[in-house]
Amino acid sequence: MRLKKPPAPRTSLSRTLVERLAKSLFFLCSVIVILVTLLITLFLFREGLPALLHVPIWDIFAGTIWQPPAEVPKFGVLPLMVGSAVITFTSLMFATPLGLAVALYLAEFSRSLEREVLKPLVELLAAVPSVVFGFFALVVVSGWIHGLFGVGTRLNALNGAVVLSLMVLPTIASISEDALNSVPRDLKEAAYALGSTRLQVLRGVVLPYARRGIAVAVLLGFGRAIGETMAVLMATGNAAVMSLSLLTSMETMTAAIAIEMGEVVFGSLHYQMLFFLGILLFLISSAVNILADHIITRGRVA
Amino acid sequence: MKERLRESLVVLGLRSAVFVALAGLLGVLFDIVSKGAGVLSWKFLTEPPMAGMTEGGIFPAIIGSVYLVTLSLVASVPIGVLSAIYLAEYTKQSRFTRIVDVSIRNLAGTPSIVFGLFGLGLFVNFLGFRQSLLSGALTLACMSLPVIITASREALLTVPNEFREAAYALGATKLQVVRRVVVPNALAGILTGIVLSSSRVIGETAPIMLTAAAFYTPSLPSSFFDRVMALPFHLFVMATQSANPLKTAPIQYGTALVLILIAVGLNATALFVRARRRRIKAW
Repeated sequence: MRLKKPPAPRTSLSRTLVERLAKSLFFLCSVIVILVTLLITLFLFREGLPALLHVPIWDIFAGTIWQPPAEVPKFGVLPLMVGSAVITFTSLMFATPLGLAVALYLAEFSRSLEREVLKPLVELLAAVPSVVFGFFALVVVSGWIHGLFGVGTRLNALNGAVVLSLMVLPTIASISEDALNSVPRDLKEAAYALGSTRLQVLRGVVLPYARRGIAVAVLLGFGRAIGETMAVLMATGNAAVMSLSLLTSMETMTAAIAIEMGEVVFGSLHYQMLFFLGILLFLISSAVNILADHIITRGRVA
Repeated sequence: MKERLRESLVVLGLRSAVFVALAGLLGVLFDIVSKGAGVLSWKFLTEPPMAGMTEGGIFPAIIGSVYLVTLSLVASVPIGVLSAIYLAEYTKQSRFTRIVDVSIRNLAGTPSIVFGLFGLGLFVNFLGFRQSLLSGALTLACMSLPVIITASREALLTVPNEFREAAYALGATKLQVVRRVVVPNALAGILTGIVLSSSRVIGETAPIMLTAAAFYTPSLPSSFFDRVMALPFHLFVMATQSANPLKTAPIQYGTALVLILIAVGLNATALFVRARRRRIKAW
Protein backbone atom coordinates (compact mmCIF):
# COMPACT_ATOMS: atom_id res chain seq x y z
CA MET A 1 0.00 0.00 0.00
CA ARG A 2 1.47 3.34 -0.90
CA LEU A 3 0.33 6.88 -0.34
CA LYS A 4 0.25 8.80 -3.60
CA LYS A 5 2.25 11.72 -2.32
CA PRO A 6 3.20 12.92 1.09
CA PRO A 7 0.50 15.11 2.62
CA ALA A 8 1.05 18.81 2.07
CA PRO A 9 2.57 20.43 5.13
CA ARG A 10 -0.02 22.25 7.14
CA THR A 11 -0.01 23.89 10.48
CA SER A 12 -0.89 21.32 13.06
CA LEU A 13 -3.65 23.55 14.43
CA SER A 14 -5.70 23.59 11.22
CA ARG A 15 -5.03 19.92 10.75
CA THR A 16 -6.41 18.97 14.14
CA LEU A 17 -9.35 21.23 13.42
CA VAL A 18 -10.10 19.39 10.19
CA GLU A 19 -9.67 16.05 11.93
CA ARG A 20 -12.10 17.08 14.64
CA LEU A 21 -14.62 18.48 12.19
CA ALA A 22 -14.55 15.28 10.13
CA LYS A 23 -15.03 13.13 13.17
CA SER A 24 -17.99 15.20 14.33
CA LEU A 25 -19.52 15.02 10.86
CA PHE A 26 -19.21 11.22 10.82
CA PHE A 27 -20.63 11.08 14.33
CA LEU A 28 -23.54 13.31 13.33
CA CYS A 29 -24.41 10.99 10.45
CA SER A 30 -24.69 8.00 12.74
CA VAL A 31 -26.83 10.05 15.09
CA ILE A 32 -29.21 10.58 12.16
CA VAL A 33 -29.82 6.83 12.07
CA ILE A 34 -30.98 6.89 15.68
CA LEU A 35 -32.96 10.02 14.93
CA VAL A 36 -34.86 8.38 12.08
CA THR A 37 -35.90 5.53 14.38
CA LEU A 38 -37.07 8.00 17.01
CA LEU A 39 -38.91 10.11 14.45
CA ILE A 40 -40.76 7.07 13.09
CA THR A 41 -41.93 6.23 16.59
CA LEU A 42 -42.81 9.84 17.31
CA PHE A 43 -44.83 10.44 14.16
CA LEU A 44 -46.67 7.13 14.25
CA PHE A 45 -47.81 7.82 17.79
CA ARG A 46 -48.50 11.51 17.17
CA GLU A 47 -50.83 10.75 14.28
CA GLY A 48 -52.25 7.45 15.48
CA LEU A 49 -52.66 7.61 19.23
CA PRO A 50 -55.45 10.24 19.22
CA ALA A 51 -57.66 7.53 17.73
CA LEU A 52 -57.88 6.09 21.23
CA LEU A 53 -59.59 9.27 22.42
CA HIS A 54 -62.51 8.66 20.08
CA VAL A 55 -62.82 4.90 19.96
CA PRO A 56 -62.60 2.87 23.16
CA ILE A 57 -59.65 0.48 23.03
CA TRP A 58 -62.01 -2.43 23.70
CA ASP A 59 -64.02 -1.63 20.54
CA ILE A 60 -60.81 -1.58 18.53
CA PHE A 61 -59.37 -4.89 19.61
CA ALA A 62 -62.58 -6.81 20.19
CA GLY A 63 -64.62 -5.29 17.38
CA THR A 64 -65.26 -7.74 14.61
CA ILE A 65 -66.31 -5.20 11.98
CA TRP A 66 -63.95 -2.91 10.07
CA GLN A 67 -66.17 -0.49 8.23
CA PRO A 68 -64.67 3.00 8.26
CA PRO A 69 -66.81 4.64 5.56
CA ALA A 70 -70.17 3.55 7.05
CA GLU A 71 -72.80 5.95 8.45
CA VAL A 72 -71.69 4.86 11.90
CA PRO A 73 -68.07 3.92 11.18
CA LYS A 74 -66.84 0.74 12.82
CA PHE A 75 -63.15 0.37 13.60
CA GLY A 76 -62.76 -3.19 14.85
CA VAL A 77 -59.28 -4.29 13.80
CA LEU A 78 -59.89 -7.94 14.56
CA PRO A 79 -60.77 -8.94 10.98
CA LEU A 80 -57.59 -7.27 9.74
CA MET A 81 -55.45 -8.91 12.42
CA VAL A 82 -57.00 -12.29 11.66
CA GLY A 83 -56.37 -11.70 7.94
CA SER A 84 -52.72 -10.81 8.58
CA ALA A 85 -52.28 -13.77 10.93
CA VAL A 86 -53.92 -16.37 8.68
CA ILE A 87 -51.99 -15.29 5.59
CA THR A 88 -48.68 -14.96 7.44
CA PHE A 89 -48.90 -18.33 9.18
CA THR A 90 -50.02 -20.13 6.05
CA SER A 91 -47.13 -18.68 4.09
CA LEU A 92 -44.73 -19.69 6.86
CA MET A 93 -46.13 -23.21 6.77
CA PHE A 94 -44.96 -23.43 3.17
CA ALA A 95 -41.81 -21.34 3.46
CA THR A 96 -40.32 -22.77 6.66
CA PRO A 97 -39.86 -26.40 5.53
CA LEU A 98 -38.88 -25.27 2.04
CA GLY A 99 -36.42 -22.63 3.22
CA LEU A 100 -34.90 -24.93 5.78
CA ALA A 101 -34.55 -27.71 3.23
CA VAL A 102 -32.85 -25.33 0.80
CA ALA A 103 -30.48 -24.23 3.57
CA LEU A 104 -29.71 -27.81 4.58
CA TYR A 105 -29.05 -28.81 1.02
CA LEU A 106 -26.78 -25.84 0.33
CA ALA A 107 -24.88 -26.15 3.59
CA GLU A 108 -24.54 -29.91 3.95
CA PHE A 109 -25.22 -31.83 0.77
CA SER A 110 -24.37 -29.77 -2.31
CA ARG A 111 -21.12 -29.80 -4.16
CA SER A 112 -19.31 -26.48 -4.27
CA LEU A 113 -19.98 -25.79 -7.93
CA GLU A 114 -23.67 -26.57 -7.49
CA ARG A 115 -23.73 -24.29 -4.49
CA GLU A 116 -22.18 -21.42 -6.36
CA VAL A 117 -24.98 -21.55 -8.91
CA LEU A 118 -27.91 -22.25 -6.58
CA LYS A 119 -27.16 -19.79 -3.82
CA PRO A 120 -27.26 -16.62 -5.94
CA LEU A 121 -30.41 -17.88 -7.66
CA VAL A 122 -32.17 -18.20 -4.33
CA GLU A 123 -30.90 -14.76 -3.37
CA LEU A 124 -32.24 -13.41 -6.64
CA LEU A 125 -35.71 -14.43 -5.52
CA ALA A 126 -35.41 -11.68 -2.91
CA ALA A 127 -34.65 -9.15 -5.65
CA VAL A 128 -38.00 -9.49 -7.40
CA PRO A 129 -40.07 -6.46 -6.30
CA SER A 130 -43.12 -7.30 -4.20
CA VAL A 131 -45.44 -5.55 -6.65
CA VAL A 132 -44.29 -8.00 -9.33
CA PHE A 133 -45.09 -10.94 -7.04
CA GLY A 134 -48.48 -9.34 -6.45
CA PHE A 135 -49.01 -9.01 -10.18
CA PHE A 136 -48.02 -12.64 -10.70
CA ALA A 137 -50.47 -13.71 -7.99
CA LEU A 138 -53.22 -11.61 -9.53
CA VAL A 139 -52.93 -12.82 -13.10
CA VAL A 140 -51.38 -16.29 -12.81
CA VAL A 141 -51.49 -17.99 -9.41
CA SER A 142 -55.13 -17.02 -8.79
CA GLY A 143 -56.05 -18.90 -11.96
CA TRP A 144 -54.20 -22.02 -10.81
CA ILE A 145 -55.85 -21.98 -7.41
CA HIS A 146 -59.24 -21.39 -8.96
CA GLY A 147 -58.66 -24.30 -11.32
CA LEU A 148 -57.50 -26.50 -8.47
CA PHE A 149 -60.33 -25.85 -6.05
CA GLY A 150 -62.95 -24.48 -8.39
CA VAL A 151 -64.85 -22.72 -5.65
CA GLY A 152 -64.74 -19.38 -3.93
CA THR A 153 -63.36 -16.10 -5.13
CA ARG A 154 -60.32 -15.94 -7.35
CA LEU A 155 -58.53 -13.57 -5.01
CA ASN A 156 -58.22 -15.22 -1.63
CA ALA A 157 -55.98 -15.81 1.36
CA LEU A 158 -54.35 -18.89 -0.14
CA ASN A 159 -53.34 -16.93 -3.22
CA GLY A 160 -51.64 -14.35 -1.03
CA ALA A 161 -49.98 -16.99 1.15
CA VAL A 162 -48.52 -18.83 -1.84
CA VAL A 163 -46.70 -15.84 -3.31
CA LEU A 164 -45.81 -14.58 0.13
CA SER A 165 -44.07 -17.88 0.87
CA LEU A 166 -41.89 -17.38 -2.22
CA MET A 167 -40.94 -13.95 -0.90
CA VAL A 168 -40.13 -15.16 2.61
CA LEU A 169 -38.23 -18.23 1.47
CA PRO A 170 -34.91 -16.47 0.71
CA THR A 171 -34.94 -14.81 4.15
CA ILE A 172 -35.45 -18.13 5.94
CA ALA A 173 -33.04 -20.02 3.67
CA SER A 174 -30.13 -17.59 3.88
CA ILE A 175 -30.28 -17.00 7.64
CA SER A 176 -30.65 -20.73 8.38
CA GLU A 177 -27.77 -21.46 6.07
CA ASP A 178 -25.56 -19.04 7.98
CA ALA A 179 -26.57 -20.84 11.17
CA LEU A 180 -25.78 -24.26 9.69
CA ASN A 181 -22.43 -23.05 8.40
CA SER A 182 -21.49 -21.77 11.84
CA VAL A 183 -21.52 -25.28 13.32
CA PRO A 184 -17.88 -25.96 14.26
CA ARG A 185 -16.12 -28.50 12.09
CA ASP A 186 -14.52 -30.36 14.98
CA LEU A 187 -17.93 -31.11 16.51
CA LYS A 188 -19.02 -32.78 13.31
CA GLU A 189 -15.73 -34.57 12.91
CA ALA A 190 -15.89 -35.86 16.46
CA ALA A 191 -19.29 -37.34 15.74
CA TYR A 192 -18.04 -38.92 12.54
CA ALA A 193 -15.05 -40.33 14.40
CA LEU A 194 -17.46 -42.07 16.76
CA GLY A 195 -18.94 -43.82 13.76
CA SER A 196 -22.02 -41.67 13.14
CA THR A 197 -23.60 -41.60 9.73
CA ARG A 198 -24.29 -38.34 7.91
CA LEU A 199 -27.93 -38.31 8.95
CA GLN A 200 -27.01 -38.99 12.58
CA VAL A 201 -24.54 -36.11 12.52
CA LEU A 202 -27.21 -33.93 10.99
CA ARG A 203 -29.80 -34.82 13.59
CA GLY A 204 -27.54 -35.17 16.58
CA VAL A 205 -25.03 -32.38 16.03
CA VAL A 206 -25.80 -29.93 13.25
CA LEU A 207 -29.50 -29.24 13.84
CA PRO A 208 -29.29 -28.96 17.64
CA TYR A 209 -26.29 -26.64 17.36
CA ALA A 210 -27.97 -24.43 14.75
CA ARG A 211 -31.43 -24.41 16.31
CA ARG A 212 -31.24 -20.86 17.64
CA GLY A 213 -30.17 -19.54 14.28
CA ILE A 214 -32.96 -21.43 12.59
CA ALA A 215 -35.47 -20.05 15.07
CA VAL A 216 -34.23 -16.55 14.30
CA ALA A 217 -34.58 -17.25 10.58
CA VAL A 218 -38.21 -18.24 10.95
CA LEU A 219 -38.86 -15.30 13.25
CA LEU A 220 -37.43 -12.79 10.77
CA GLY A 221 -39.37 -14.53 8.02
CA PHE A 222 -42.48 -13.92 10.09
CA GLY A 223 -41.57 -10.25 10.42
CA ARG A 224 -41.08 -9.94 6.69
CA ALA A 225 -44.36 -11.71 5.93
CA ILE A 226 -46.57 -9.75 8.28
CA GLY A 227 -45.20 -6.44 7.03
CA GLU A 228 -45.51 -7.27 3.35
CA THR A 229 -47.97 -4.99 1.61
CA MET A 230 -48.18 -4.95 -2.17
CA ALA A 231 -48.16 -8.69 -2.84
CA VAL A 232 -50.95 -9.47 -0.38
CA LEU A 233 -52.84 -6.35 -1.36
CA MET A 234 -53.00 -7.46 -4.97
CA ALA A 235 -53.54 -11.15 -4.23
CA THR A 236 -56.06 -11.50 -1.45
CA GLY A 237 -59.13 -9.58 -2.57
CA ASN A 238 -59.22 -7.26 0.45
CA ALA A 239 -62.56 -7.99 2.04
CA ALA A 240 -62.35 -7.31 5.76
CA VAL A 241 -64.37 -10.31 6.82
CA MET A 242 -63.63 -12.54 9.77
CA SER A 243 -62.90 -15.94 8.37
CA LEU A 244 -60.45 -18.74 8.78
CA SER A 245 -61.08 -20.31 5.39
CA LEU A 246 -58.15 -19.94 3.05
CA LEU A 247 -60.43 -19.70 0.04
CA THR A 248 -62.17 -16.51 1.15
CA SER A 249 -61.01 -12.98 0.50
CA MET A 250 -59.19 -11.37 3.39
CA GLU A 251 -57.70 -8.01 4.13
CA THR A 252 -54.46 -7.55 6.03
CA MET A 253 -53.50 -4.61 8.23
CA THR A 254 -50.90 -3.50 5.71
CA ALA A 255 -53.34 -3.65 2.80
CA ALA A 256 -55.94 -1.65 4.72
CA ILE A 257 -53.42 1.16 5.26
CA ALA A 258 -52.28 1.16 1.64
CA ILE A 259 -55.76 1.11 0.12
CA GLU A 260 -57.63 3.41 2.45
CA MET A 261 -54.99 6.07 3.04
CA GLY A 262 -55.65 7.42 -0.44
CA GLU A 263 -59.28 8.17 0.42
CA VAL A 264 -59.15 9.58 3.93
CA VAL A 265 -59.33 13.18 4.99
CA PHE A 266 -56.14 14.38 6.67
CA GLY A 267 -56.49 14.27 10.43
CA SER A 268 -59.86 12.49 10.43
CA LEU A 269 -60.62 9.59 12.74
CA HIS A 270 -60.16 7.15 9.87
CA TYR A 271 -56.72 8.68 9.19
CA GLN A 272 -55.81 8.25 12.84
CA MET A 273 -57.03 4.67 12.86
CA LEU A 274 -54.83 3.80 9.88
CA PHE A 275 -51.85 5.24 11.74
CA PHE A 276 -52.94 3.19 14.73
CA LEU A 277 -52.65 0.09 12.53
CA GLY A 278 -49.17 1.35 11.65
CA ILE A 279 -48.32 1.53 15.36
CA LEU A 280 -49.42 -2.09 15.76
CA LEU A 281 -47.27 -3.18 12.82
CA PHE A 282 -44.30 -1.21 14.12
CA LEU A 283 -44.69 -2.78 17.57
CA ILE A 284 -44.87 -6.24 16.02
CA SER A 285 -41.77 -5.73 13.89
CA SER A 286 -39.86 -4.24 16.83
CA ALA A 287 -40.89 -7.15 19.05
CA VAL A 288 -39.67 -9.58 16.38
CA ASN A 289 -36.32 -7.81 16.32
CA ILE A 290 -35.93 -7.72 20.07
CA LEU A 291 -36.86 -11.38 20.36
CA ALA A 292 -34.41 -12.37 17.61
CA ASP A 293 -31.69 -10.34 19.32
CA HIS A 294 -32.51 -12.02 22.62
CA ILE A 295 -32.33 -15.52 21.12
CA ILE A 296 -28.93 -14.80 19.58
CA THR A 297 -27.32 -13.15 22.61
CA ARG A 298 -28.63 -15.79 24.99
CA GLY A 299 -27.11 -18.43 22.76
CA ARG A 300 -23.77 -16.71 22.95
CA VAL A 301 -23.70 -16.74 26.74
CA ALA A 302 -24.82 -20.34 27.13
CA MET B 1 -27.38 -50.36 3.47
CA LYS B 2 -30.65 -49.23 4.99
CA GLU B 3 -28.90 -46.13 6.29
CA ARG B 4 -27.64 -45.37 2.81
CA LEU B 5 -31.12 -45.63 1.36
CA ARG B 6 -32.43 -43.33 4.03
CA GLU B 7 -29.72 -40.83 3.30
CA SER B 8 -30.39 -40.75 -0.40
CA LEU B 9 -34.10 -40.32 0.34
CA VAL B 10 -33.32 -37.29 2.50
CA VAL B 11 -31.08 -35.82 -0.18
CA LEU B 12 -33.81 -36.39 -2.72
CA GLY B 13 -36.32 -34.59 -0.48
CA LEU B 14 -33.99 -31.64 0.05
CA ARG B 15 -33.18 -31.47 -3.62
CA SER B 16 -36.85 -31.33 -4.55
CA ALA B 17 -37.33 -28.45 -2.10
CA VAL B 18 -34.56 -26.56 -3.89
CA PHE B 19 -36.29 -27.42 -7.14
CA VAL B 20 -39.60 -25.98 -5.90
CA ALA B 21 -37.90 -22.76 -4.80
CA LEU B 22 -36.17 -22.36 -8.15
CA ALA B 23 -39.38 -23.22 -9.99
CA GLY B 24 -41.04 -20.35 -8.14
CA LEU B 25 -38.34 -17.90 -9.22
CA LEU B 26 -38.08 -19.16 -12.77
CA GLY B 27 -41.87 -19.40 -13.06
CA VAL B 28 -42.30 -15.73 -12.22
CA LEU B 29 -39.43 -14.68 -14.47
CA PHE B 30 -40.51 -16.89 -17.35
CA ASP B 31 -44.13 -15.76 -17.29
CA ILE B 32 -43.22 -12.09 -17.27
CA VAL B 33 -40.38 -12.30 -19.75
CA SER B 34 -42.36 -14.43 -22.22
CA LYS B 35 -45.45 -12.23 -22.14
CA GLY B 36 -43.64 -8.93 -21.71
CA ALA B 37 -40.87 -9.28 -24.26
CA GLY B 38 -43.17 -8.74 -27.23
CA VAL B 39 -44.35 -5.44 -25.76
CA LEU B 40 -40.91 -3.94 -25.30
CA SER B 41 -40.01 -1.51 -28.02
CA TRP B 42 -38.31 1.82 -28.31
CA LYS B 43 -41.73 3.44 -28.55
CA PHE B 44 -42.96 1.69 -25.39
CA LEU B 45 -39.97 3.02 -23.47
CA THR B 46 -40.09 6.57 -24.81
CA GLU B 47 -43.78 7.41 -25.20
CA PRO B 48 -46.15 8.62 -22.49
CA PRO B 49 -49.36 6.68 -21.78
CA MET B 50 -52.11 7.56 -24.23
CA ALA B 51 -55.86 7.15 -24.78
CA GLY B 52 -56.74 7.18 -21.08
CA MET B 53 -53.77 4.96 -20.19
CA THR B 54 -54.92 2.12 -22.44
CA GLU B 55 -52.23 2.68 -25.05
CA GLY B 56 -48.79 4.20 -25.39
CA GLY B 57 -45.70 3.68 -23.33
CA ILE B 58 -44.31 4.14 -19.85
CA PHE B 59 -41.74 6.89 -20.34
CA PRO B 60 -42.87 9.15 -17.46
CA ALA B 61 -42.95 6.17 -15.07
CA ILE B 62 -39.37 5.24 -15.96
CA ILE B 63 -38.19 8.82 -15.55
CA GLY B 64 -40.11 9.17 -12.29
CA SER B 65 -38.52 6.03 -10.86
CA VAL B 66 -35.06 7.17 -11.94
CA TYR B 67 -35.63 10.55 -10.27
CA LEU B 68 -36.91 8.93 -7.08
CA VAL B 69 -34.01 6.49 -6.81
CA THR B 70 -31.36 9.10 -7.68
CA LEU B 71 -32.68 11.69 -5.28
CA SER B 72 -33.00 9.13 -2.50
CA LEU B 73 -29.39 8.06 -3.06
CA VAL B 74 -28.27 11.69 -2.87
CA ALA B 75 -29.65 11.72 0.66
CA SER B 76 -28.88 8.20 1.84
CA VAL B 77 -25.39 7.57 0.42
CA PRO B 78 -23.50 10.38 2.21
CA ILE B 79 -25.29 9.79 5.49
CA GLY B 80 -25.01 6.01 5.24
CA VAL B 81 -21.37 5.87 4.19
CA LEU B 82 -20.17 8.54 6.61
CA SER B 83 -21.92 6.91 9.54
CA ALA B 84 -20.45 3.57 8.50
CA ILE B 85 -17.02 5.23 8.57
CA TYR B 86 -17.70 6.50 12.06
CA LEU B 87 -18.89 3.09 13.25
CA ALA B 88 -16.06 1.13 11.62
CA GLU B 89 -13.11 3.48 12.09
CA TYR B 90 -13.76 5.90 14.91
CA THR B 91 -15.42 3.99 17.65
CA LYS B 92 -15.13 0.77 19.56
CA GLN B 93 -18.00 -1.25 20.96
CA SER B 94 -19.79 1.10 23.26
CA ARG B 95 -23.24 1.95 24.46
CA PHE B 96 -23.56 4.36 21.54
CA THR B 97 -22.74 1.74 18.89
CA ARG B 98 -25.13 -0.65 20.61
CA ILE B 99 -27.95 1.89 20.25
CA VAL B 100 -27.03 2.53 16.62
CA ASP B 101 -26.97 -1.22 15.95
CA VAL B 102 -30.41 -1.68 17.46
CA SER B 103 -31.70 1.25 15.37
CA ILE B 104 -30.24 -0.16 12.17
CA ARG B 105 -31.73 -3.58 12.77
CA ASN B 106 -35.05 -2.05 13.74
CA LEU B 107 -35.13 0.07 10.57
CA ALA B 108 -34.24 -2.97 8.47
CA GLY B 109 -37.16 -4.91 9.95
CA THR B 110 -39.73 -2.13 9.78
CA PRO B 111 -42.43 -2.84 7.16
CA SER B 112 -42.29 -0.63 4.10
CA ILE B 113 -45.85 0.58 4.59
CA VAL B 114 -44.86 1.89 8.03
CA PHE B 115 -42.11 3.92 6.33
CA GLY B 116 -44.86 5.20 4.07
CA LEU B 117 -46.91 6.34 7.06
CA PHE B 118 -43.83 7.96 8.57
CA GLY B 119 -43.10 9.82 5.34
CA LEU B 120 -46.72 10.90 5.13
CA GLY B 121 -46.69 12.18 8.70
CA LEU B 122 -43.29 13.89 8.63
CA PHE B 123 -42.49 15.00 5.07
CA VAL B 124 -45.91 15.31 3.45
CA ASN B 125 -47.90 16.80 6.31
CA PHE B 126 -45.64 18.15 9.05
CA LEU B 127 -42.91 19.66 6.86
CA GLY B 128 -45.44 20.56 4.18
CA PHE B 129 -43.60 18.98 1.23
CA ARG B 130 -46.97 17.59 0.06
CA GLN B 131 -47.07 14.36 -1.91
CA SER B 132 -44.04 14.96 -4.04
CA LEU B 133 -40.82 13.68 -5.52
CA LEU B 134 -38.98 15.11 -2.52
CA SER B 135 -41.22 13.43 0.10
CA GLY B 136 -41.01 10.10 -1.69
CA ALA B 137 -37.26 10.22 -2.17
CA LEU B 138 -36.61 11.14 1.47
CA THR B 139 -38.88 8.32 2.64
CA LEU B 140 -37.03 5.87 0.41
CA ALA B 141 -33.71 7.24 1.68
CA CYS B 142 -34.68 6.42 5.26
CA MET B 143 -35.58 2.91 4.16
CA SER B 144 -32.29 2.28 2.41
CA LEU B 145 -30.08 3.60 5.22
CA PRO B 146 -29.72 0.24 7.00
CA VAL B 147 -28.69 -1.58 3.80
CA ILE B 148 -26.09 1.01 2.86
CA ILE B 149 -24.65 1.30 6.37
CA THR B 150 -24.42 -2.46 6.89
CA ALA B 151 -22.75 -3.08 3.53
CA SER B 152 -20.33 -0.15 3.86
CA ARG B 153 -19.39 -1.06 7.39
CA GLU B 154 -18.64 -4.63 6.38
CA ALA B 155 -16.55 -3.41 3.44
CA LEU B 156 -14.56 -1.06 5.71
CA LEU B 157 -13.98 -3.76 8.30
CA THR B 158 -12.53 -6.17 5.73
CA VAL B 159 -9.67 -3.78 5.00
CA PRO B 160 -6.72 -5.35 6.86
CA ASN B 161 -5.37 -3.51 9.85
CA GLU B 162 -1.82 -3.70 8.47
CA PHE B 163 -2.84 -1.18 5.81
CA ARG B 164 -3.85 1.32 8.47
CA GLU B 165 -0.78 0.67 10.57
CA ALA B 166 1.52 1.10 7.60
CA ALA B 167 -0.04 4.48 6.84
CA TYR B 168 0.18 5.58 10.46
CA ALA B 169 3.81 4.56 10.51
CA LEU B 170 4.41 6.98 7.67
CA GLY B 171 2.97 9.75 9.80
CA ALA B 172 -0.52 9.93 8.35
CA THR B 173 -3.30 11.31 10.49
CA LYS B 174 -6.51 9.42 11.18
CA LEU B 175 -8.46 11.28 8.51
CA GLN B 176 -5.70 10.73 5.97
CA VAL B 177 -5.69 7.02 6.71
CA VAL B 178 -9.45 6.86 6.29
CA ARG B 179 -9.54 8.93 3.11
CA ARG B 180 -6.51 7.57 1.28
CA VAL B 181 -6.18 4.03 2.54
CA VAL B 182 -9.33 2.59 4.07
CA VAL B 183 -12.07 4.06 1.86
CA PRO B 184 -10.31 3.43 -1.48
CA ASN B 185 -9.79 -0.21 -0.52
CA ALA B 186 -13.38 -0.60 0.61
CA LEU B 187 -14.85 1.33 -2.30
CA ALA B 188 -15.91 -1.66 -4.39
CA GLY B 189 -17.73 -3.17 -1.43
CA ILE B 190 -19.43 0.13 -0.64
CA LEU B 191 -20.55 0.56 -4.25
CA THR B 192 -21.91 -2.98 -4.28
CA GLY B 193 -24.02 -2.12 -1.24
CA ILE B 194 -25.30 1.03 -2.93
CA VAL B 195 -26.27 -0.88 -6.08
CA LEU B 196 -28.02 -3.54 -3.98
CA SER B 197 -29.99 -0.93 -2.12
CA SER B 198 -31.01 0.85 -5.34
CA SER B 199 -32.29 -2.43 -6.74
CA ARG B 200 -34.54 -2.70 -3.73
CA VAL B 201 -35.57 0.95 -3.69
CA ILE B 202 -36.70 1.00 -7.30
CA GLY B 203 -39.23 -1.79 -6.63
CA GLU B 204 -40.70 -0.23 -3.48
CA THR B 205 -44.34 0.64 -3.96
CA ALA B 206 -46.09 1.03 -0.64
CA PRO B 207 -44.00 3.96 0.65
CA ILE B 208 -44.26 6.05 -2.51
CA MET B 209 -47.96 5.29 -2.79
CA LEU B 210 -48.48 7.35 0.33
CA THR B 211 -45.85 10.00 -0.27
CA ALA B 212 -45.13 10.65 -3.94
CA ALA B 213 -46.85 8.66 -6.61
CA ALA B 214 -49.40 9.87 -9.13
CA PHE B 215 -51.64 7.75 -11.36
CA TYR B 216 -50.89 9.95 -14.28
CA THR B 217 -49.09 13.20 -14.83
CA PRO B 218 -49.42 15.06 -18.11
CA SER B 219 -45.81 16.21 -18.02
CA LEU B 220 -42.54 15.18 -16.45
CA PRO B 221 -41.83 16.55 -12.98
CA SER B 222 -40.27 19.99 -13.14
CA SER B 223 -39.70 20.57 -9.46
CA PHE B 224 -39.01 18.61 -6.28
CA PHE B 225 -42.57 19.34 -5.19
CA ASP B 226 -44.29 17.70 -8.15
CA ARG B 227 -45.93 14.32 -7.86
CA VAL B 228 -44.33 11.68 -10.03
CA MET B 229 -45.30 8.52 -11.81
CA ALA B 230 -43.18 5.48 -10.93
CA LEU B 231 -42.75 2.04 -12.45
CA PRO B 232 -43.95 -0.14 -9.55
CA PHE B 233 -46.91 2.11 -8.81
CA HIS B 234 -47.78 2.22 -12.51
CA LEU B 235 -47.84 -1.58 -12.59
CA PHE B 236 -50.09 -1.65 -9.53
CA VAL B 237 -52.47 0.91 -11.00
CA MET B 238 -52.66 -0.72 -14.41
CA ALA B 239 -53.23 -4.17 -12.92
CA THR B 240 -55.84 -3.24 -10.33
CA GLN B 241 -57.56 0.03 -11.19
CA SER B 242 -57.61 -0.04 -14.94
CA ALA B 243 -61.09 0.22 -16.46
CA ASN B 244 -60.29 -2.57 -18.86
CA PRO B 245 -57.58 -4.77 -17.35
CA LEU B 246 -57.66 -7.26 -20.21
CA LYS B 247 -57.03 -4.62 -22.83
CA THR B 248 -54.13 -3.17 -20.89
CA ALA B 249 -52.58 -6.57 -20.07
CA PRO B 250 -49.70 -6.03 -22.53
CA ILE B 251 -48.85 -2.71 -20.89
CA GLN B 252 -48.92 -4.42 -17.48
CA TYR B 253 -46.57 -7.16 -18.62
CA GLY B 254 -44.30 -4.65 -20.34
CA THR B 255 -44.11 -2.54 -17.19
CA ALA B 256 -43.44 -5.60 -15.03
CA LEU B 257 -40.68 -6.70 -17.37
CA VAL B 258 -38.94 -3.32 -17.38
CA LEU B 259 -39.16 -3.21 -13.58
CA ILE B 260 -37.78 -6.73 -13.23
CA LEU B 261 -34.99 -6.08 -15.72
CA ILE B 262 -33.86 -3.06 -13.71
CA ALA B 263 -34.30 -4.53 -10.22
CA VAL B 264 -33.03 -8.05 -10.89
CA GLY B 265 -30.36 -6.73 -13.26
CA LEU B 266 -28.93 -4.37 -10.63
CA ASN B 267 -29.12 -7.05 -7.99
CA ALA B 268 -27.47 -9.71 -10.13
CA THR B 269 -24.68 -7.31 -11.06
CA ALA B 270 -23.98 -6.59 -7.42
CA LEU B 271 -24.02 -10.26 -6.46
CA PHE B 272 -21.74 -11.13 -9.36
CA VAL B 273 -19.23 -8.40 -8.57
CA ARG B 274 -19.22 -9.38 -4.92
CA ALA B 275 -18.65 -13.06 -5.66
CA ARG B 276 -15.82 -12.25 -8.06
CA ARG B 277 -14.15 -9.89 -5.69
CA ARG B 278 -14.23 -12.49 -2.94
CA ARG B 279 -12.43 -14.89 -5.21
CA ILE B 280 -9.74 -12.59 -6.54
CA LYS B 281 -9.08 -10.48 -3.48
CA ALA B 282 -5.44 -10.89 -2.61
CA TRP B 283 -5.86 -10.34 1.09
